[in-house]
Amino acid sequence: MSLVWMLTLSTALFTVGVLGVLLRRNAIVILMAVEIMLNAANLALIAFSRHLGSADGQILAFFVMTVAAAEAAVGLAIVLAIFRLRKSVNVDSLNRMKW
Amino acid sequence: METLVGIVAAATALIGAIAAVTHRNAVVGVLFLVLNLVSLAVFYVLLSAPFIAALQVILYAGAIMVLFLFIIMLLDLRREEERESGLLQKVLSVIGGGVFFLLLWGAATGGAAPAAAELPEHFGSVESIAVALFTTYLIPFETISVLLLVAMVGAVLLTRKGGR
Amino acid sequence: MTFAAVLETLIKIGVVFFVALTAVAYLTLAERKISGWIQDRIGPNRVGPWGLLQPLADGIKFMMKEEVVPSYAHRPIYMAAPALLLISALSALAIIPFGDRLSLGGYEVRLAIADVNIGILFFLAMSSVGVYGIVLAGWSSNNKYAMLGGLRASAQMISYELGLGLSLIGVLMVSGSLRLSQIVEQQGSFSSWNVWSQPLGFLIFMVSAFAETNRLPFDLAEAETELVAGYHTEYSAIKFSMFYMAEYVNMITASALMATLFFGGWQLPFPAEAAGVEGNHLALLQILCFLIKTGFFLFVFIWVRWTLPRFRYDQLMHLGWKVLLPLALLNLIWVGIGVAWGWF
Repeated sequence: MSLVWMLTLSTALFTVGVLGVLLRRNAIVILMAVEIMLNAANLALIAFSRHLGSADGQILAFFVMTVAAAEAAVGLAIVLAIFRLRKSVNVDSLNRMKW
Repeated sequence: METLVGIVAAATALIGAIAAVTHRNAVVGVLFLVLNLVSLAVFYVLLSAPFIAALQVILYAGAIMVLFLFIIMLLDLRREEERESGLLQKVLSVIGGGVFFLLLWGAATGGAAPAAAELPEHFGSVESIAVALFTTYLIPFETISVLLLVAMVGAVLLTRKGGR
Repeated sequence: MTFAAVLETLIKIGVVFFVALTAVAYLTLAERKISGWIQDRIGPNRVGPWGLLQPLADGIKFMMKEEVVPSYAHRPIYMAAPALLLISALSALAIIPFGDRLSLGGYEVRLAIADVNIGILFFLAMSSVGVYGIVLAGWSSNNKYAMLGGLRASAQMISYELGLGLSLIGVLMVSGSLRLSQIVEQQGSFSSWNVWSQPLGFLIFMVSAFAETNRLPFDLAEAETELVAGYHTEYSAIKFSMFYMAEYVNMITASALMATLFFGGWQLPFPAEAAGVEGNHLALLQILCFLIKTGFFLFVFIWVRWTLPRFRYDQLMHLGWKVLLPLALLNLIWVGIGVAWGWF
């Protein structure tokens, strides 16, 4: 398992996440795609950490996970609030703020 | 042995991610995402980061994804028909995604990588991470706890029923 | 890994698997016998002497019964949910050290399947994966009772995992390691068992473990008077028995962990020299000691189930978040002071 392969996998996962955000209209699935992107970044961090023999990457990955937890909690709370208001989690229906 | 495990984990991680964002049923999507997260945890073990791997399963698979599942079941989204994105948007997204992948891949692998360093003893063990976390990274560590507090207050406020 | 190491691990897995599943079978009998004793009845006594063959009869019945799949169930998830639950329950057994070491003709065997560096975190990881089995069983059955049971179970297990994790930290602070074998070694003498220095931590761990295993008084997820049978309402035959087995395996893991973390694991309650045996005999005595401790906590599990009534759901959440969590923090402060002053 060389560094190049790890980075390729990480890039591929990140792209899948980007495509998920671009293609899906369900707010929850979009949040899931964001999680995939964060994970892709984590994989790259840990691969580098192993390659360079320094634990810093692992600690950064730990922080990314914590941020992901905070992001998921707030994001899902917003989705819940939107659902109460609109009875839908489709992001296309959230066009009231534009004119 | 390790290479074989790595290839299988890479394949399941990729399949899990793709299925997670494409499956129409959000519950099945969450399950595929869990598959992706667990395969990444296997990777972390292979990359001598067992502590991060355990956290990945406890935090991501055990807490965050259960929260997703909980919300999906609470909202009962099975009935909701998802409107399709337009064809133009699809084509443009896929092209854009492909270009993005190539750019990112080129940037990540193009440069000359430094030679692989020798792993210090106890690399990635709980003790070594804990020491770094409470010495070098003490201030970020405390900041992140404030962030979590803010997120918690925010989530409680946002989901409170009936305003005020 | 050498061939011998692989073989050793495989044999240990086989032995633990066999012992755990046999114990599960006889725990169902013990449950019914003890409940009979508590309620002043006899309990099963028809199949074999004292009903000893009852588990066998139950097993055959489970295999012979017709499998019913609800027509609007989500079939793949419906099939996978009980397996997921049972697999995660059985995997958690892997980290438990059930003895010190045995020497077989010069070859030394460490008596734990995987004595890993992250140790106790592995147990937490497996118990959080186990939540999926329950939630998905509830969701995929397409039944409102099952769904409510699944939702209740997920909220309950996430809430009590906090108390469980925080009560563990006290133990980790004393031993300075997540590795279970080191936690056991640190409790070498009777007076250094963790339960003496942190009884509050043990109490919190026990209550949280009851909630994690979905046993009464916390069996809100399958409260039969409100939810028929909760998340496994629609399950029958062998899949139903898998839920049952997972529950008992989880009980075994929780009991073994209570013994390991707070009651010295396989350590004898008196100095090993006083036993008057050494070598392999001592190791066997230690295994016996571990089994007795675990068995005692299994008895407590059953005893509590047939003694206490069920909580209401808001009481359950109140207990988890407003009582156990602050108490766990108090325990942490207490252990912190104790470690700083060098009391334990």
